[in-house]
Amino acid sequence: MTGASRRAIKLQVNGKPHAAEVDVRLTLADCLRQEFKLTGTHLGCEHGVCGACTVLLDGQSVRACLMLAVQADGRAVATVEGLAGADGKLNILQQAFKDHHGLQCGFCTPGILMTLTECFADKPDLTEQDIRVALSGNICRCTGYQGIVDAAMDALRKMRSLL
Amino acid sequence: MKSRHTFGERVSRIEDDALLTGRGRFVDDIALPGMTEAAFLRSPYAHAAIRRIDVTAALALPGVIAVLTLDDLRPYLTTDKLAVGMPSPSYRLEVDRPILASTEVTYVGEPIAVVIATSRYIAEDALNLIALDADPLEVVADCREALKPGAPRAHRALPHNLVAEFDITYGQVDAAFAAAKTVLREKFWQHRGAGQSMEGRGILARFDESERLLTLWNSTQTPNVGQRLLADLLGLEETEVRVIAPDIGGGFGPKLVFYCEEVVIAAAAMIVKAPVKWIEDRREHFMSTTQERDQYWDVEIAVDDDARVLGIRGSLLHDHGAYTARGVNIPYNSALTVPLAYNVPNYRMDVKLALTNKVPVTPIRGAGQPQGCFVMERLLDRVAQKLNLDRAEVRRRNLVRADQMPCTKEIKLRGGTFVVLDSGDYPASQQAALDAGGWSGFAERQKAARAQGRHIGIGVANYVEGTGRGPFEPVRVRVSASGKILVASSATAMGQGTKTMLAQVVAEQFGGEIDNVVVTTGDTSAMSSGFGGFNSRQAVMAGSSAHSAAMTVRAKAIQAASHLLEAAPEDLEIVGSRIQVVGSDRFISLGDVSRALAGIAGYRLPGDMEPGLEATAQVIVHDMAFSSGSAVAEVEVDVETGEVRVKNLVLSHDCGRMINPTLVDGQVIGGVAHGLGNALFEWMGYDSNAQPITTNFGEYLLITATEMPAIKILHSESPSPLNALGVKGVGESGVIPIAAVIVSAVENALEGLNVRLAHCPISPMDVLKAIADVRKAPSES
Ligand code: FES
Ligand code: FES
Repeated sequence: MTGASRRAIKLQVNGKPHAAEVDVRLTLADCLRQEFKLTGTHLGCEHGVCGACTVLLDGQSVRACLMLAVQADGRAVATVEGLAGADGKLNILQQAFKDHHGLQCGFCTPGILMTLTECFADKPDLTEQDIRVALSGNICRCTGYQGIVDAAMDALRKMRSLL
Repeated sequence: MKSRHTFGERVSRIEDDALLTGRGRFVDDIALPGMTEAAFLRSPYAHAAIRRIDVTAALALPGVIAVLTLDDLRPYLTTDKLAVGMPSPSYRLEVDRPILASTEVTYVGEPIAVVIATSRYIAEDALNLIALDADPLEVVADCREALKPGAPRAHRALPHNLVAEFDITYGQVDAAFAAAKTVLREKFWQHRGAGQSMEGRGILARFDESERLLTLWNSTQTPNVGQRLLADLLGLEETEVRVIAPDIGGGFGPKLVFYCEEVVIAAAAMIVKAPVKWIEDRREHFMSTTQERDQYWDVEIAVDDDARVLGIRGSLLHDHGAYTARGVNIPYNSALTVPLAYNVPNYRMDVKLALTNKVPVTPIRGAGQPQGCFVMERLLDRVAQKLNLDRAEVRRRNLVRADQMPCTKEIKLRGGTFVVLDSGDYPASQQAALDAGGWSGFAERQKAARAQGRHIGIGVANYVEGTGRGPFEPVRVRVSASGKILVASSATAMGQGTKTMLAQVVAEQFGGEIDNVVVTTGDTSAMSSGFGGFNSRQAVMAGSSAHSAAMTVRAKAIQAASHLLEAAPEDLEIVGSRIQVVGSDRFISLGDVSRALAGIAGYRLPGDMEPGLEATAQVIVHDMAFSSGSAVAEVEVDVETGEVRVKNLVLSHDCGRMINPTLVDGQVIGGVAHGLGNALFEWMGYDSNAQPITTNFGEYLLITATEMPAIKILHSESPSPLNALGVKGVGESGVIPIAAVIVSAVENALEGLNVRLAHCPISPMDVLKAIADVRKAPSES
């Protein structure tokens, strides 16, 4: 690799500063997983359909498989590792997934949690149909989605009751 | 504190916390110092003769460590073929996979060479620099063409493409047909597609020369089988090979197969003297992971005037792919499943397996059973249409009845024992599903909807599932010095909650403290024999062994405690992690009992007992436990666009005693989702040159949350008499009746248009074409 094909980047990941020198062609997903050892973000297709790699970039969901790490330079990334409390306690959404059997193999789960985290942030009044539409960019081969949708609705109810 | 129950309870899964917080440990999450990465050169041809593989330019690329072909691997291998097919007298040809193709490639995606580099990015760059010189050969793209005289051959050296043939026959089928007044005949095409676990396959291999230990982290359903094969192929002792299946991102069948990549990556780690990782990408999954694909049936059913089945006969042609990677089991299951849930006195199915230039076919969730179910259920719909009877009534008259249980069928399992349906009440199950699905009032609703121009339809299908394939699955239960209950098994978790299931069975014997149980699965160093996860077998086989081992350890703990506490065994109970004298404050911790049984040099053991507080059980069961159930589905068909919406789906099922009803629900609903994909969406397409044309999730459709209806599940529990827990497997149940019930419902929605559907999946184009075809056809009357 020539010098020009590598670049230094700095970004916030889950509120903490991270820096690396990366190949410009390195995807954001590979950067998170290999450079920063945050392996919770998964790769299910590497072509932007399955949603397993979903992370939030400045609060908005993106496919980390379709983005380059250099494109995230200077920005804030949120991944599944940042959801639980500092003490490791599951957050409301994670707990709801546990309570409603919202995961089986758990491979799709990080992406689904991030998709729902984004959609709960701006719209607390979602219906079940809204949730299904929001999830339509995340593929789960195991669950048939019922446990996921039940978990999402339960988490929404609990979040609303805290408002 | 009181002793609690865990068996049969909806306890939360012990797997979840790690997976929900990003702390899962899938193969690709493991990084070792000095690790290299691999990429495979795969055949771009469906069939070609290889002349030369020139790797010079690839090797010269900075970052490339090695480029290996079969010649480079040979010194490390005891053979250059993977002979893994299960035994059967039905084979006509031997077609084992080469470990890497060197003279001929026979499907697109077949591995030819492997690049080892400092990163996957560089390894893929290097693939483009390998010069493959090959002459394309004639291609077998369709199993129907494969057996015609003069057809091209899938392999140059083979005389024909008929890889295996057999029949399943009982009774006097031709006599029954000769005497029957009503005989109906139909041809079916069924297609099942690919496994598509969200995590593809993946392997990380390390060879430690000083310890002479090969360790393979492998996303597999069968680590113990893999260990034995790797030892054979590499000329190692089993003790020199450790296979670990860490967290597995779904299996669904294809990961039970042993693949060339496993031995190639292992050998590569020995050659380059560094850990090697290979992670399958999705395109590779489409091209080189085994699939199920096509079956063509031509079947007749004979019935009497009361719609009672007199016999079924016909033929089944099965696409086997280019090699034998598992066996004849899928079409065997398909042909065996047809008459299983019903009383079919005479039966013959002639089965042929044809080689094609496509990736090998091996079980996908359901393993041929959904196809058998589809054929039977479609035939029964035809009987109902012909005799103008209610579809459910036709089924009720023919279903195996509760008073027939246990019901011996005249069909043998692949191991040679007769099928015995062990328990269940199939007609009651159907009735429950009909009631919950609104069957009796449906005709009215359909009429009302039709008046508004809407086409709604309802369908029904019954199924049985053979579960708990034997002969055994070992489980060891051990109490550690700290008082933890350590459970180890060759059972392999792919997301079903296997660890939770085993913990529940064991904790039931140890005071119900599930948090005190630590389960290790899928690691050959924890359990050196066994098979792994497939055929909905682990709750039955590993569950039974776990129960037996836990009972033994419990009894021993109580006996030892009775010596140590000087109390009668019957006065002792296990509560939490201690054994206490009932109604007193005297107790001893399980950890202390374990320490006492570990012994002290020079001293006697308590009560002169055998040392150690552990037991391994390998409960042997040969007969399969048959789960069963019934599905009722309601659909709405848009006759303008051909779109099918599933509005309502009820599944009444019986998997014997449930260890955890929540996990059972999850398995059933997941199976239904897979079945809906098979009914409506999933199609693994190939063109006439056998080039795959659906190699991403835009082209191959998996069901998403918006197409998935809410599923209503009705449980009933007929304990299996075959094992002490009374359990039956459930992992594949949900998928089996779904294509059948959906196609039945779609046909019903188009009632009056006389559309007949005899295949799956049915796309919107298929629906429109079927409507157009009947409109074009001259009317019968
Ligand atoms: S891995 Fe990024 S969308 Fe599938
Ligand atoms: S839980 Fe396995 S893919 Fe969603």
